[in-house]
Amino acid sequence: MKSKMHLGEDAIRGVFMLLGMVTVACVLLITVYLILAGVPAIREIGLGPFLLGRVWASTAAEPKFGILPFILTSLYGTAGAIVLGVPVGFFTAVYLAKVAGERTRRVVGAAVSLLAGIPSVVYGLVGMMVLVPGVRELFGLSDGASLFSAMVVLSVMILPSIVKMSLTALEAVPREYEDASLALGATPMETYFRVSVPAARSGIAAAVVLGVGRAIGEAMAVMMVSGNVANMPSLFQSVRFLTTAVASEMSYSAEGSLQRKALFSIALVLFLFIMLINAVLNALLKRSREG
Amino acid sequence: MQDMQKKRLPLRRRAYAAAMIALMGAAVILTCALTVFFIGYVLSKGLPNITWELLSTSPSYLKETVGILPDIRNTLVIVLATLVIVLPFGVGAAVYLNEYAENRRLVSLIEYAAETLSGIPSIIYGLVGMLVFQQFLGMQTSLLCGALTLAIMNLPTILRNTQESLKTVPQAYREGAFGLGAGKWRTIRTVVLPGCVDGIITGCILAVGRILGESAALLFTAGFAHALNGCLGLMSSGATLTVALYVYAKEQGEFGVAFAIAAILMVMTVLMDLAAVLVGRFFEKRRNA
Repeated sequence: MKSKMHLGEDAIRGVFMLLGMVTVACVLLITVYLILAGVPAIREIGLGPFLLGRVWASTAAEPKFGILPFILTSLYGTAGAIVLGVPVGFFTAVYLAKVAGERTRRVVGAAVSLLAGIPSVVYGLVGMMVLVPGVRELFGLSDGASLFSAMVVLSVMILPSIVKMSLTALEAVPREYEDASLALGATPMETYFRVSVPAARSGIAAAVVLGVGRAIGEAMAVMMVSGNVANMPSLFQSVRFLTTAVASEMSYSAEGSLQRKALFSIALVLFLFIMLINAVLNALLKRSREG
Repeated sequence: MQDMQKKRLPLRRRAYAAAMIALMGAAVILTCALTVFFIGYVLSKGLPNITWELLSTSPSYLKETVGILPDIRNTLVIVLATLVIVLPFGVGAAVYLNEYAENRRLVSLIEYAAETLSGIPSIIYGLVGMLVFQQFLGMQTSLLCGALTLAIMNLPTILRNTQESLKTVPQAYREGAFGLGAGKWRTIRTVVLPGCVDGIITGCILAVGRILGESAALLFTAGFAHALNGCLGLMSSGATLTVALYVYAKEQGEFGVAFAIAAILMVMTVLMDLAAVLVGRFFEKRRNA
């Protein structure tokens, strides 16, 4: 009787362990599939011409598969989003964590979490209807769908994650640090920015890295405002990101064609970027938890 | 006393404080203004376009009318199917991590995997979903295929929320159950799991919010069809509201319909946000009572 119950318990334990391993299996599955699908085209095209080629003409009579424009566009676009979004997010977080009263905190916090929940296609739609014409007027362009518009949309999209994560880091700063600084005669502002912020720097850095990950992986909103032409990046030109390169040609590329295989290779490159960013993020979070 | 202190501060330090206050003020105002603008703009453009006809019909090329009933149905089907698929795995993994696992390295491996999953962009989920479920398992572009893809994507959300909630179930409950002679499984089933319902529900709400907003992962897995196929249509292709918004705005130039869908999505986002807050409050009250 006892051993039968034991057997049952062991079986259930095994089932739960399997359920736990599903998560690991999913990561392996994604990694293996992307490598299997992405490597053949790189082999055919050659790593150098693929990564450093400046021309992407997948449907031309003599097709060219160089993804340097996409890589650079993704990097510039992300950098732009960070430059525009991080300062706003950072100062908002400091205000909410240290200065704001309970009610302001709750209202602004609700606004930020609403912003986080807005679907990316809605960002894309508003960007298309408001931002793109606005940029065209403001800078006298023939078309406002450009790298700059994408940067602005991305900066708004990463704002909530930056605010939330910096806020968590700032709130975890021990009260004693601030009390000591105030007691030594520092003003509240000096205390917040020269004591609290440096104490929370790993967490704030993690927030920025999280923003980088979000921005580089965003596809739909960017697709709607960036114009989607495979140019080398320039601020006011129509450009194509790594994500949008995949999304825009996948639906009409023929199965088994070099074009489709190359799209998988682009996804593999994007995946490698994301894994790198994740590794940095995890290291920062670990450091921030250890104080 | 503080006033006096302030007056004696050198100009440089007073300027620093003023500058920081100004920057913080500007940032907060900008953040709030953006939110208010987004909600106001989308609702004012979208709500007037929502008509009963739009909500209750399928698109017709003959009559040249647009209806989003199929998209609404597809969205509901995908949300339900995803939750049904992801819940056992997410909750099960959390139970394993919190109740069974003794091997620290295995725990950190699973947690690392979950963190990795939550960092992968949705376009990559879409591609891998297409490769695995369609090319390898031979499924059609279908709602089920989309739901399977989204289930993988939302696994970390369910796992993390359940795990957080499991940690708050007092150890004494488990000991009490063991003391009364219950086995491990019986304890988990009757004491531990009921104690973490709040985490599971919160996880579900967050997941639903994410599914409602998802588009890139569904383009290649669930497809674009706007027709009402079958009663649930799990095995046929179908666009959710977000995918439909994209198609109407980017490919067909039907901005009225796109804004109507955007307004619906916006209202649902707000409702989900509210639901999460209310659920949190409800369970906190029950716990303290």
